[in-house]
Amino acid sequence: MTSTHTLQAAGLSLGYRDRVVIEDLDLAVPAGRITAIVGANACGKSTLLRSMSRLLAPRAGQVLLDGRAVHTMPAKELARTLGLLPQSPVAPEGITVADLVGRGRHPHQRVLSRWSREDDQAVAAALEATGTVDLAERAVDELSGGQRQRVWIAMALAQQTDLLLLDEPTTFLDVSHQVEVLDLLTDLNRDRGTTVVMVLHDLNLAARYADHLVAMADGRVHAVGDPGDVLTADTVRVVFGLDSQVVEDPLTGRPLMLPIGRHHVRARAGSATPTP
Amino acid sequence: MTAVRTVPAVPPTAPDRASSADLVAALRARRLRRRRVVLTVLAVLVVAVFVTSLMVGRTFYPPGDVLRVVLGEDVQGATFTVGRLRLPRAVLAVLVGLCFGIGGVTFQTMLRNPLASPDIIGISTGASAAAAFAIVFLSLTGAQVSVFAIAAGLGVALVIYLLSFRRGVLGTRLILIGIGVAAMLESVTSYILTKAPRWELQEAMRWLTGSLNGSGWRDVVPVLVALAVLGPLLLAQSRNLSQLQLGDDTASALGVRVERTRLLLIVAAVVLIAFATAAAGPVAFVAFLSGPIAARIVGARGSMLVPAALVGALLVQVADLVGQYAFGARYPVGVITGALGAPYLVYLIVRTNRTGGSL
Repeated sequence: MTSTHTLQAAGLSLGYRDRVVIEDLDLAVPAGRITAIVGANACGKSTLLRSMSRLLAPRAGQVLLDGRAVHTMPAKELARTLGLLPQSPVAPEGITVADLVGRGRHPHQRVLSRWSREDDQAVAAALEATGTVDLAERAVDELSGGQRQRVWIAMALAQQTDLLLLDEPTTFLDVSHQVEVLDLLTDLNRDRGTTVVMVLHDLNLAARYADHLVAMADGRVHAVGDPGDVLTADTVRVVFGLDSQVVEDPLTGRPLMLPIGRHHVRARAGSATPTP
Repeated sequence: MTAVRTVPAVPPTAPDRASSADLVAALRARRLRRRRVVLTVLAVLVVAVFVTSLMVGRTFYPPGDVLRVVLGEDVQGATFTVGRLRLPRAVLAVLVGLCFGIGGVTFQTMLRNPLASPDIIGISTGASAAAAFAIVFLSLTGAQVSVFAIAAGLGVALVIYLLSFRRGVLGTRLILIGIGVAAMLESVTSYILTKAPRWELQEAMRWLTGSLNGSGWRDVVPVLVALAVLGPLLLAQSRNLSQLQLGDDTASALGVRVERTRLLLIVAAVVLIAFATAAAGPVAFVAFLSGPIAARIVGARGSMLVPAALVGALLVQVADLVGQYAFGARYPVGVITGALGAPYLVYLIVRTNRTGGSL
């Protein structure tokens, strides 16, 4: 039951007040795959993600979900197909895990409708998928960073959307929790066919976990496609302004980027030589 | 909740799923049970204090007499004292308490901060200043005063919103600006009162701290109408309001139309507060206290609208009774609630400073 929903940006221009962040951008998100968006700070990757989940209205162009402009779709209808986990979501003081995850059911409920068995099952499934059943009664405030992030993902899962957008889901997590979260998203993609789109900071984790890599620079898509094709020393130079060497990850066969700074690198460091 | 223990509609291959769903359902049922118990107790207390306030006073009337008066029978002495003096006052106490409670917690929840209550950020103060202005300078009464109070309440809300709005980020800035605006408007009220041709202390106290003295049915009707219209409207928005607690982005991702919902909530809450203020003055700190007290009792889960409304009603009723009869002199209700609220305000600020958080 792989997701067949199509999500694409067409001639999209975005900005805040008088500042243009993205101009005339086209991008198609492959259905049922994991897409990672990478790029330097302030290159517009989060802005793009916000607009794709209609948090930011386009100045020109549009974001199309199954051919319909997301900015004119009924809010709840959109929220039943497309979920978003923002970068730093806020948990109300004292809220329990089960309660917070239950908030994800909002788009499936009407104003005065009662809580249904289906809602309970969706919450339970989300808790199970994220390994947070045992935390259900705990207050979100008391959890560790990694646990908390899993709970937020559980909330997004309870929403039961075929598309899930995540803005830097691994920020503030230590490396083991980063891997844990990305493994979880991969499970989701494989088991349920959820289309995942995430902004990631770590190039190497992005190259490892994404089926489809989007490298952005200055509000444009610089390169897009298979991580093996996209992540090259050339891309890293354009996107991050950094010299690097890209090798094959011995564990996965995916590309692995090794930055070349001004120090510590041995003389024969490969094609890209450091500036003296 | 019923329908929780029905046959699980899950294939037998997923026994865990059924049991976790049962766990989720059980947790929710427990939460609801506690909530129901608390709400019932609060409602019973509101009724009990209401009846008490009809019975006690300079003359004591037994419950039987009170009931007969309420049912419209003519009882020697009691008909006037209970029917004309105590009943409208008690009804108004409940109504303004409900309005302040529900309006206050709406703001506090929406802005995710207990200090963002309409009586702290100047909305009640604005309504009060306008009401005083309408009465003293324009010699208006009744519904016309309410119109002034509402216009001023909405005006203050708009000014604070515009001054504090930066790319959709509200919060501490809004509260600080609101506190400044409140201080300014309070001095406006004081100025208006010094210009009042016939100096009347009771009336002055009403617009400074809130008072139920001398209230009659003419004060009750506008508040009742406002609550009957806007109360259900706010309750219908309670789920959206809870979602706003998660932050604008998350709420929006969950299908809430954030801007529209916020506008609706602000207008409804401000109008309720303004109607209550036009009838009884800005009864100090009731809007501010009700939500946190309700959250403490109910346990900060689910919508706080109804619990806070009941706590508000109880606060005003009890404070009015205490103010009238507990001391040698009679104090307006706002003096009592003010004495209760001020220490809590200090506590909140001290606690916030200690934890190093923003306001």
